[in-house]
Amino acid sequence: MILGQFIILGAALFSLGVYGVLTRRNAVLVLLSVELMLAAVNINFVAFDTYARDVTAGGQIFSLFVIAVGAAEVGIGLAIVLLIFRNRESANVDELDLMKL
Amino acid sequence: MLQLLTNANTLILATEEGGHAAEALSDGGLLASMAWLIPVVPMVAAFAIVFYGKRMPYKGWDIAIAVMGFEALYGTALLLAHIASPIAHDFQVEIARIGSMPIEWGWTVDGLSIMMYFLVGVVGFFVFLYAKGYMEGDIRFTWFFASFTLFAGGMLVLVSAPNMIQLIVGWELVGVSSWLLIGHYWEDHYASSSAIKAMLVNKAADVGLFVGAIIVSMSVGSFRFSDILHAVEGGAAEAPLLAQFAFWGGLALFIGAMGKSAQFPFHVWLPDAMAGPTPVSALMHAATMVTAGVYLVGRMFPLYLTDGFATEVRAVIIIIGGLTLFLTGLIALVQDDIKKVLAYSTLSQLGYMTAAMGAGAYTAGLFHLFTHAFFKALLFLGAGSVIHSVHSNNMSDMGGLRKTMPWTYRTFLVGSLALAGIPLFAGFFSKDEILASLNYAIGKFSTADGGSSVATIVLILAISGAFITAFYMARTVMLTFHGEYKGQAHPHESPKIMWVPLVGLAVPSAVIGFMNWPGLTSTFTDVVGGRAVRVLDHHATEFDYLMLSFGLTAAVAGGLIGMRIWGPDKETQAARDTFRIPLLYPLLENKYYIDDLYMDGVIRPIRGPVARAINWTNGYVIDFVVNGAGLLARSVGKVVYWFDQRGVDGAIHASGAVTGAGGGMLRLLQTGKVQQYAILIFAATVILVAGLVIWF
Repeated sequence: MILGQFIILGAALFSLGVYGVLTRRNAVLVLLSVELMLAAVNINFVAFDTYARDVTAGGQIFSLFVIAVGAAEVGIGLAIVLLIFRNRESANVDELDLMKL
Repeated sequence: MLQLLTNANTLILATEEGGHAAEALSDGGLLASMAWLIPVVPMVAAFAIVFYGKRMPYKGWDIAIAVMGFEALYGTALLLAHIASPIAHDFQVEIARIGSMPIEWGWTVDGLSIMMYFLVGVVGFFVFLYAKGYMEGDIRFTWFFASFTLFAGGMLVLVSAPNMIQLIVGWELVGVSSWLLIGHYWEDHYASSSAIKAMLVNKAADVGLFVGAIIVSMSVGSFRFSDILHAVEGGAAEAPLLAQFAFWGGLALFIGAMGKSAQFPFHVWLPDAMAGPTPVSALMHAATMVTAGVYLVGRMFPLYLTDGFATEVRAVIIIIGGLTLFLTGLIALVQDDIKKVLAYSTLSQLGYMTAAMGAGAYTAGLFHLFTHAFFKALLFLGAGSVIHSVHSNNMSDMGGLRKTMPWTYRTFLVGSLALAGIPLFAGFFSKDEILASLNYAIGKFSTADGGSSVATIVLILAISGAFITAFYMARTVMLTFHGEYKGQAHPHESPKIMWVPLVGLAVPSAVIGFMNWPGLTSTFTDVVGGRAVRVLDHHATEFDYLMLSFGLTAAVAGGLIGMRIWGPDKETQAARDTFRIPLLYPLLENKYYIDDLYMDGVIRPIRGPVARAINWTNGYVIDFVVNGAGLLARSVGKVVYWFDQRGVDGAIHASGAVTGAGGGMLRLLQTGKVQQYAILIFAATVILVAGLVIWF
């Protein structure tokens, strides 16, 4: 079991996700980047689960939960993006500064 | 004096230790033990009328008349019970203490009090009934009945008092409510100054009451009448301190009595008290207020009669009484205001009562008080009825009213006959008893110091007084009810609510004298004699025919001459109306210049310097203090203002500025851009994780 490779893969994937979240202007792509971060986390869960030889397979079950939550989150997220686009003719994250006082 | 005691009729009264009991006194049972209601109910009702009177269907009169009905019933019940079996009940509770002397509140039920309860209740009931008609439409109708109830209540507090303190409280309640009532029409300057005059004259005399109460109570060591009178009963040897000061104490108490009972030098307030509404005059002159002084002398009577105590004061009392009855009776002859005639007549009759008390005739004095209350209330209410009808107080605006006001005429005539002392009417018996007592007293005063000649002079004055009384009453009746009507108004009989009380008072005025028919009945003697202490007095047990003939001749002659002079004769009416008694007229018209003497001799000389002194004090002392306080406040204010502006405001502004600047810097972080927030979060996480790694 080569744990190091999986960790490097997960870290690379997570860093890609962070980069995407911080730099992409399009809200859809930001959501996609968040999915990359979730996938990196899942890889870590499964890798450590196998490495630790957990009889209850907690890491694998948890990664299933993460996938389910991620699917739900994308559903809601895309719905929000759709509504914002309908209202403002744009899905550009820069223009969403309603939180500014 | 000892002679007087041994010869005197002894009113038979029992005390537990006295041993003179011929008739046992009962404690009166429930009727006497609930008698605290008598003073309490009207006092409470007076306040109830103030607060709730206006909401009642008859604007407070209904409460007042219910209270007086209760008083009349209770008084009558007590009187009947007392006649059946004499009651002497006395109850007091301690409410405070001065040194070793307790101040107590309670009620006393004995012959003297019961007589007064009955009198105030019955006369008061008729007067209150009448007052509804008389006061109809008055702007302060409710307030009038509140004060009127307080007036009756104050008198009941006074007569129910078993000790000096409560007596003084009742005395002052009567004083203050009389002030309210005399000044009822206070928009009229005369009414308000009359009220003040009554208050001030009474206050001047009240000093005597206070001094007397202090002297007598302190030398006995108790405020209770029962203790004081038992000390007197024990004799001078048993109470040496009281015996030593009894003359001054008794004199001071009598000065207090002179104020309320309007005796000679203090009589000036009573005629002016006519400024109040007529029902007030009726009650004030009959059952309440002016009877208080005679009542006080009656209450303290053993002090004045028992040898070794204040017996010498009786000489003062009889002289004052004699002067009052004669001099004020003469003034009544020249008055044109019908109420003033009656007012001076009241003064004269009070003089009779006082003279009788001075002669040692307790029963005769109180009997005259009792009968006088009925017929004087009747006469005042009759006069009020006339005034109500012709809208004038002056007899020169009346005349011939017997045709238009038959009921008023009939009842007024009964009252006049009773007042004049015509046989079988109430006043005849009481006045005759006084004359008989005065005659009896002549022999009892010592001849050595001229006492008997003083008594003789007073007797002559009293007989002349009987003449004068009949004379001015004949004049009043003739000028008011006979002859031709001289006024401008349209006289009419008063409403039923006004003449029914007149009839109600006329009946007792005619018959109540039978209570003490000499040689036949002695109900009244037994009633007022029924007290817890032995009261000695002398009074006739049968007719004194000599005095009877003198008195009767004087009264009949006075009446006939009066009718002759002012008789209903059309041709001479003008001459009659302008008739002036020669010589005496200016003196009488100016009331012996006594009012002027008081005004110029006492009030003006004092008033000027007092006013100037007060003005100076106000201008220099009070203003100095006020201005100084103002200056001080201003300089303190300046310091406080500076501190407020610089210190307090500075701190507040500084804290505001700091907060504002901090906020201005921090708001730069809030760009609203989500990705910037995310960068910060990631950066912070990285730093924290890096720190954690380095730490471990």
